[in-house]
Amino acid sequence: MTTITIPRTRSERLRAAMSDAATMTRRNLSYWLRSPEEMIGALAFPLISVLLFGYVFGSAMVVPGGADYREYLMPGLFGMTMMFGLVNTISAVATDRERGVTDRFMAMPISSSAILAGRSVTDIIRASADLVVLLGCGYLVGWRWHGSVWEALAAVGLLLLLRFALIWVGIYIGLVLRSPDSAAALYPLVLPFAMVANTFVPPALMPGWLGAVAEANPMSSTVAATRELFGNPAVPGDSWLAEHPLPLAVGWPLLLLVVFVPLAVHRYRRARR
Amino acid sequence: MNVLTQSGASRPGVVPGQPAVVAEGVVKRFGATLALDRFDLVVPEGTVCGLLGPNGAGKSTAVRILSTLLRPDSGRASVAGFDVVRDPVDVRYRIGLAGQQPAVDDMLTGRENLEMFARFYRLGRVAARRRAGELIDQFDLADAADRRPKGYSGGMRRRLDLAISFIMAPPVLFLDEPTTGMDPGHRLEVWRGVRSLVAEGTTVLLTTHYLDEADQLADAITVIDGGRVIAQGAPEELKSMLHGDRIDVLVDEIADLDVVARLLADVTGSAPEVRPEGRRVSVPAMDRVAGLARVARALDDARIEVRDIALRRPTLDEVFVRFTGKDRA
Repeated sequence: MTTITIPRTRSERLRAAMSDAATMTRRNLSYWLRSPEEMIGALAFPLISVLLFGYVFGSAMVVPGGADYREYLMPGLFGMTMMFGLVNTISAVATDRERGVTDRFMAMPISSSAILAGRSVTDIIRASADLVVLLGCGYLVGWRWHGSVWEALAAVGLLLLLRFALIWVGIYIGLVLRSPDSAAALYPLVLPFAMVANTFVPPALMPGWLGAVAEANPMSSTVAATRELFGNPAVPGDSWLAEHPLPLAVGWPLLLLVVFVPLAVHRYRRARR
Repeated sequence: MNVLTQSGASRPGVVPGQPAVVAEGVVKRFGATLALDRFDLVVPEGTVCGLLGPNGAGKSTAVRILSTLLRPDSGRASVAGFDVVRDPVDVRYRIGLAGQQPAVDDMLTGRENLEMFARFYRLGRVAARRRAGELIDQFDLADAADRRPKGYSGGMRRRLDLAISFIMAPPVLFLDEPTTGMDPGHRLEVWRGVRSLVAEGTTVLLTTHYLDEADQLADAITVIDGGRVIAQGAPEELKSMLHGDRIDVLVDEIADLDVVARLLADVTGSAPEVRPEGRRVSVPAMDRVAGLARVARALDDARIEVRDIALRRPTLDEVFVRFTGKDRA
């Protein structure tokens, strides 16, 4: 006999929300695992980036101080991959909204927090998989970490923290956009955020104003902190922002979360009205 | 307040003594547009209500408010006895919604879709699987069960969508244009699905701009236009508001239309309505069969050959045109 009861007490409601978040995560993950183009993209993108930037650009790049460019490059690619993940979040959120799936969920007794939690857990799992593939690719082209295991884990943690903040930025933008087509059109707009940073070229070598913009990019702080924790070569800048990568690699994502979590939740609730 | 369904399931029901759906003076504005203008509706439990109107009449807005997706600016609405603004969770446990486009998950098979949505009603894994099996039988989805929706026909996709909205056998079901853009065979399939739900005692509110759909499925019809209710009643009542039966004459040649129209005006004394696109002239049949006989005789005397003469009840098309002042979209 099938019985449906309405959770009333606080603990019943919490259990229901956890169960919903888990179901939502499984559902979101199946989207990713079952679409071959997404899987190929997820594997090919890091590999192509490493080869393209490591060898095509790398042959013309000289890191001040004479270090290996690929050692310098890899943390930049880690950061860039976290940045590009933003578009995946936006596109997933916008697709559900456009196809009416979000409406169906919202007319069901599922809490908004479970829907949002399912999205963010899915995207963190996905980002972790992206990172594992990219770390492997880096290893193949001679990139190594030189610090302790704890420092390496801290570096990975900071990268995922940035991605976590960007998930909430992505949920907000996805809800505002509503159309997956406009999400795809965002790639060229995300590109400058990934490039005007210390990803490929030290900001110190850029024209003054551009270097200043690059150093103020939250991704630069994460990448610089990652270089420091992995023990990879860095090119120190002399601005305050460039000299404090570790606290900023925590601070920037927290600031993004403080701004975008309420915005995303508000937007979601408003979508329900 | 749980009730037992035929299949022995226990699920939240309508508060006893309350209508399934009530809207009182509901107003909803989007910027400068007034989508609903003091919208009133009462749907008694166990009936099918057809919400009929042209595109942009406010049908979907009404459904979105009743299914807790939108808040009314003013007025009051309740579903299954619960206020949609104050107790949205209680409402959500008692409704199913099938929106304008079928919201099924393309990456999951039919069965997995049903199981996944069943899990959102917190059915256990085993119960979810059993419920999915029941719905596959009930909605004739055996062909779809183990395939992904990409290869489905429009009718099958919609049936899966209906089955999802019916997972917990909700006492109230909202169907927003369930057959829009569907070919006639698939529409019949969906109608069959809806009738099977009604047979279980589900109250259905369906929006449509197909008049025959409302005529086929609904016990009561509410015609809305510009966000306002302009007519309400059983399909037969609405038709009789057009003052009785009509005589239809179908001609072979468009050129005959004028002659026939003049003749009908002479014989019946009322102004005929001419529809060149259907090669049809129609007049009110004041004294039914006697009138029909007079018209037939007059046509015969004038030696005009016509394809068909018939006495018929007015269609909902005419109701619609009469009340909205528009031809159906």
